[in-house]
Amino acid sequence: MRKELQKYFRNDKLPHIWCPGCGHGIITGAVIRAIDNLNLEQSKICIVSGIGCSSRAPGYMNFNTLHTTHGRALAFATGIKMANHDLKVIVLTGDGDCSAIGGNHFIHAARRNIDITTIVFNNSIYGMTSGQYSPMTPKGAFATTAPYGNIDRNFDLCKLGQSAGATYVARGTVYHVPQLIKLIEKALKHKGFSLIDVVDICPTYFGRRNKMGSPVIMMEKIREMSITAKTAAKLSPEELSGKIVIGEFCEEKAPEYTKEYNKIIKKAQGGNQNG
Amino acid sequence: MSKKIMLLQGNEACVEGALAAGMRFYAGYPITPSTEIAEISAEKLPKVGGKFIQMEDELASMGAVIGASLAGLKSMTATSGPGFSLKQENIGFACLTEVPCVVVNVQRGGPSTGLPTLPAQGDVMQTRWGTHGDHPIIVISPFSVREVYDMTIRAFNLSEKYRVPCILLMDEVVAHMRERVELPEKSSIDIINRKKIKPTILDYKPYMDYDGDCILPMANFGEGIPYHVTGLIHDISGSPSSDQKVTKTLLNRLMSKIYNNVADIIEYEKIYTEDAETVIVTFGTTARSVLRAVCLLRQEGLKIGLLRLKTIWPFAHMAIKELTQTPVKNLIVAEMNYGQLMETVKASAEGAFSVYGLNKYNGELITPQEVIDKVKEVAERA
Repeated sequence: MRKELQKYFRNDKLPHIWCPGCGHGIITGAVIRAIDNLNLEQSKICIVSGIGCSSRAPGYMNFNTLHTTHGRALAFATGIKMANHDLKVIVLTGDGDCSAIGGNHFIHAARRNIDITTIVFNNSIYGMTSGQYSPMTPKGAFATTAPYGNIDRNFDLCKLGQSAGATYVARGTVYHVPQLIKLIEKALKHKGFSLIDVVDICPTYFGRRNKMGSPVIMMEKIREMSITAKTAAKLSPEELSGKIVIGEFCEEKAPEYTKEYNKIIKKAQGGNQNG
Repeated sequence: MSKKIMLLQGNEACVEGALAAGMRFYAGYPITPSTEIAEISAEKLPKVGGKFIQMEDELASMGAVIGASLAGLKSMTATSGPGFSLKQENIGFACLTEVPCVVVNVQRGGPSTGLPTLPAQGDVMQTRWGTHGDHPIIVISPFSVREVYDMTIRAFNLSEKYRVPCILLMDEVVAHMRERVELPEKSSIDIINRKKIKPTILDYKPYMDYDGDCILPMANFGEGIPYHVTGLIHDISGSPSSDQKVTKTLLNRLMSKIYNNVADIIEYEKIYTEDAETVIVTFGTTARSVLRAVCLLRQEGLKIGLLRLKTIWPFAHMAIKELTQTPVKNLIVAEMNYGQLMETVKASAEGAFSVYGLNKYNGELITPQEVIDKVKEVAERA
């Protein structure tokens, strides 16, 4: 890592808790590089997480950081952003944290279009509790709680976020890092609710149980499966099966929640003072 | 300036008090019988530049309140039984991370959805032990509309001072009842704000006991001092730790900051207890009926007194101990539940008094006549 990036880390808190081959460090590094590329003011950034392996990331990052309860990061983040809209609020969350226990907070934060960037460390499994299936575990995959194969259908988080009202939605992977950094930069610059679903690997709990081989093989698999959103648009649902569609899905301008609330303040203060 | 006299509902007085205390953020979810607090906050907060948000659920409201408080705004939420149950997870988070916040619980009949529009006092123990693990908490309970106003201010002050969630334990009657209320001059209201970091502190450790009083100075997110907050057991730097010594030291400090300051935190009112043979221990709306009964019984010449707990938790053991210096023989604990506070009173009495319960849990207030009947029953038994 470049020397200039050291200031963004709490180096005394390392080494991190993640397993060898885990993709979480790659995403954390991409977030840091995106912040550095944009020259964002360190003390004005607030990073909020829930519970799980991914949610430990903020503890290593030298910003205002908040490690909350399981699934609730977006609720806390909403309070922070409402209280101080000058803060750049980033939520780091896992697939289970975001789409299962935090699913309600996720769709409502997207619906409000509040200016929060949500980055999902999507490794298709609950890693911290050692390998149970999440709403992002592919159908047919194995997990400790799906010993005969998973019968649940998985979410497409990007579609979910977009239909709930997110105004910037993209998917990246831990293999395509330069692209991931660019996507995070765009999300951070976006005024509104932005979502990046990052396809990640958990070699320890997902990889082993599903006999996927080494972390390197898992990374290569991501490369093989990935196609761009543009290419995907031309393919039939059958052709899309088993593919990871990466890139941007939407970028819209829409009224941002805290700005809308500031208008409410003006309206309330300009109205009948005795009311 | 002329005195401000208003006809106020308890829930209205709560918002007036909160605004006077400096509330600038409210997050909530609609639930009877607390909803007016959200409605009035939605109207009044933006007028003073504050923020209101109706969240997607009770858990989210509690989370948003903690987030806003960390970012520097005095924050409140209000709910009732079912919602209070849902908030417990994040109340525990605020206890451990020491984020000031006020949670109003307008009690209704339970368990479960229970009696949404009727009063009860069945959440006494839940306010103390609703969230998991050993934790500090302050719970105060008003008995009149004016006291709702005063206690809401006090709830913010205690919460800010001790960096602990403060629960304002109301009930459906005090919340919906209207009374003529004379509000104090704003200038006469004492406001306490969270302890700030001394400028001499260069390397801020968010969980270091700088002053040795167990109460920590607090930096708000965005003030230029980045630090980490976690719901895991943490060391003085705020980082997760499972070290046994760190764990013990942290939990001891969390408890000590409350129990070292009970003289400041605990308030109670004693009426006619000096010569009383029987004292009725009560709180909240029930105290109104008890007060009426005590006055009527005194007119009959019976030696009856009243101990009204304004602070429920930490429990006012000293108030019970003080009664051992009087001729009191009997304690009657009057509450709209199956006897939740009575067990604590019994433990506190350590056998010094006979302790009886006057309990009602059918969605109706305890009436003065029921108090009188109970007193006479106890007198005959004794």
